[in-house]
Amino acid sequence: MTDAGVKAGAEAEAESEVLIRVRGLANRFGSHVVHEDLDLDIRHGEILGVVGGSGTGKSVLLRSIVGLKRPDAGSVEVFGEDLTALPPSRRSELERRFGVLFQRGALFSSLDLQENVALPLLEHAGLTRGDAEDLARMKLALAGLPPDAALKMPSELSGGMIKRAALARALALDPEVLFLDEPTAGLDPIGAADFDRLIMTLRDALGLSVFLVTHDLDTLYTACDRVAVLSQRRVLVADRLAVVEASDDAWVRDYFHGPRGRAAAGAAGAAEPITPTTSRENT
Amino acid sequence: MASTDTAPGQLHVTDSRLQISGDWTLEHYAVLRQQVRSHHSASSAGDEAVDLSGLAGLDTAGARLLVELLGAERMANVSQWAADLPQARQALLETVARVLRKSLEPTRPRRAPLADWLVDIGERVTALWHQQRMLLGFIGLTLTTLLACLLRPWRWRVTALVAHIHQTGLNAVPIVALLTFLVGAVVAFLGATVLRDFGATIFTVNLVAFAFLREFGVLLAAILLAGRTASAFTAQIGAMKANEEIDAIRAIGLDPMELLVLPRLLAMMVILPILTFIGMLCGILGGALVCIFMLDISATQFLAILQRDIPLNHFLVGLGKAPIFAFLIGVIGCLEGFKVSGSAQSVGEHTTSSVVQSIFMVILLDAVAALFFMEMGW
Repeated sequence: MTDAGVKAGAEAEAESEVLIRVRGLANRFGSHVVHEDLDLDIRHGEILGVVGGSGTGKSVLLRSIVGLKRPDAGSVEVFGEDLTALPPSRRSELERRFGVLFQRGALFSSLDLQENVALPLLEHAGLTRGDAEDLARMKLALAGLPPDAALKMPSELSGGMIKRAALARALALDPEVLFLDEPTAGLDPIGAADFDRLIMTLRDALGLSVFLVTHDLDTLYTACDRVAVLSQRRVLVADRLAVVEASDDAWVRDYFHGPRGRAAAGAAGAAEPITPTTSRENT
Repeated sequence: MASTDTAPGQLHVTDSRLQISGDWTLEHYAVLRQQVRSHHSASSAGDEAVDLSGLAGLDTAGARLLVELLGAERMANVSQWAADLPQARQALLETVARVLRKSLEPTRPRRAPLADWLVDIGERVTALWHQQRMLLGFIGLTLTTLLACLLRPWRWRVTALVAHIHQTGLNAVPIVALLTFLVGAVVAFLGATVLRDFGATIFTVNLVAFAFLREFGVLLAAILLAGRTASAFTAQIGAMKANEEIDAIRAIGLDPMELLVLPRLLAMMVILPILTFIGMLCGILGGALVCIFMLDISATQFLAILQRDIPLNHFLVGLGKAPIFAFLIGVIGCLEGFKVSGSAQSVGEHTTSSVVQSIFMVILLDAVAALFFMEMGW
């Protein structure tokens, strides 16, 4: 498969360029500590899958990186600049290079789809309405929506279409880093597989780096170059899937070698042999 | 990388060779589009040789313009004629070209303006008709649920009822009292001004008492409750509807009418008469203060006139309307809540509609009632 070649190539050059560097991050809600001394790198051109049990702060980590939540300690360095120490104007300039897909789409319910996607173009790129809507329709098509969807309201859409439209909006300003919060949750397996493929295609075509919070094992096996496991308030391990699977942490073992993990690994292994896991599957 | 200082993209035609250079990015979109359009109008042939080697920055917006310039078919196999372009660029151009092969213009329904206008009127009329039918149906449903519930005391939701009485009633007392007090004073001033010319300022007492016992007490309380509580009912039930909580109630085998509507409705019917009574008292108090301090009518005289001239039936006429208004306000508030469909905008629309409808209904009914009571001589 061609994906394997692209992946290998991406990995080789990835070592050099780190786009986002999280160091010593801490997040607390009252006395509840979510993150403590958390380190994570996001490299250029990779799809980084972030997994962890419910309540381990995957979404909080995403919100800290994109600047929606101020971390209680630590630094988030984005494109070589510390996001927490920047003045607001420079910050918003940097944040424009992020695209975020929220868990439930977060489409503006009073605007139709092409207006939803055109909004950032109108506000930030200074295009005329005609140009912005023209580009918006292209982004919607890139996200795999039919032309007639452009005039629909978000309330008329199915879950899969909402995710696609939200992806189109996240892509509106040609971001360099795309943050996806459980993009395949709530989609049927066919829709989820389509979405995985779409993200890989867009990554290759647009040169994106992707931060992907997910519970979907199939997505991890098919789309992700590296996987970061959040557990015990920090990133336990962040590496290629084969290395992560081999970790002897109890949670990781249960996650990847439980019945669902084995099934997903088997399916992915049948399609493209990336990981020699057969010997460990009996644990 | 969207660096801050970049050269906008260029289009050069040299010896029938099209040279493309510079940054083709979103920042320079307007300039680039201008160039592409003018190039299109200048040359008709679309098959000249193209040199993409000078291309610096490229994003989807730039790719879209390049596809417009060279045609989707040609761009879709860019790898064949521009093999020296980096692989990522080729992939981007091909992806965009593939998307743009089909027309992306959504089909907009077109209608003649006159027909549009007629359709609009028709839709409004049928919507009004449906609304009234739905309201009547909902009232019927509420009454049957109420009857079914009355016979089974173990299904009375006393806690919910008390909570709603607290929220909609007790918390509304200060605002109702203040408002009716002020209106009472205003009515007294008005009466004093008009009646002075006839030397009949003493009748200000009768004016205030009549107005508040028969009409203003109940009307002001009802309008306040329509604004304060009907909107709250709609928003509460609407948010539950949007969050599928109503469906969950049904799925558990419970009746949302019994669980949500009845406690709210009964609370309204308990509380509006009480608020009406408070409104009457405060209105008359407001009028009395004006009489005492501005018109030199003493408090004992004021009370004596009240006792002599105002029979009990005025009070009963005013109070009798309160439960009916309360029922209508509650029913409209709840029904609009059930009509919410998912989005935040829909919650807003229905909240507005519930306030407008309930105030309208209260005033309409009050007018009809005034006519009826006058004819009956009550």
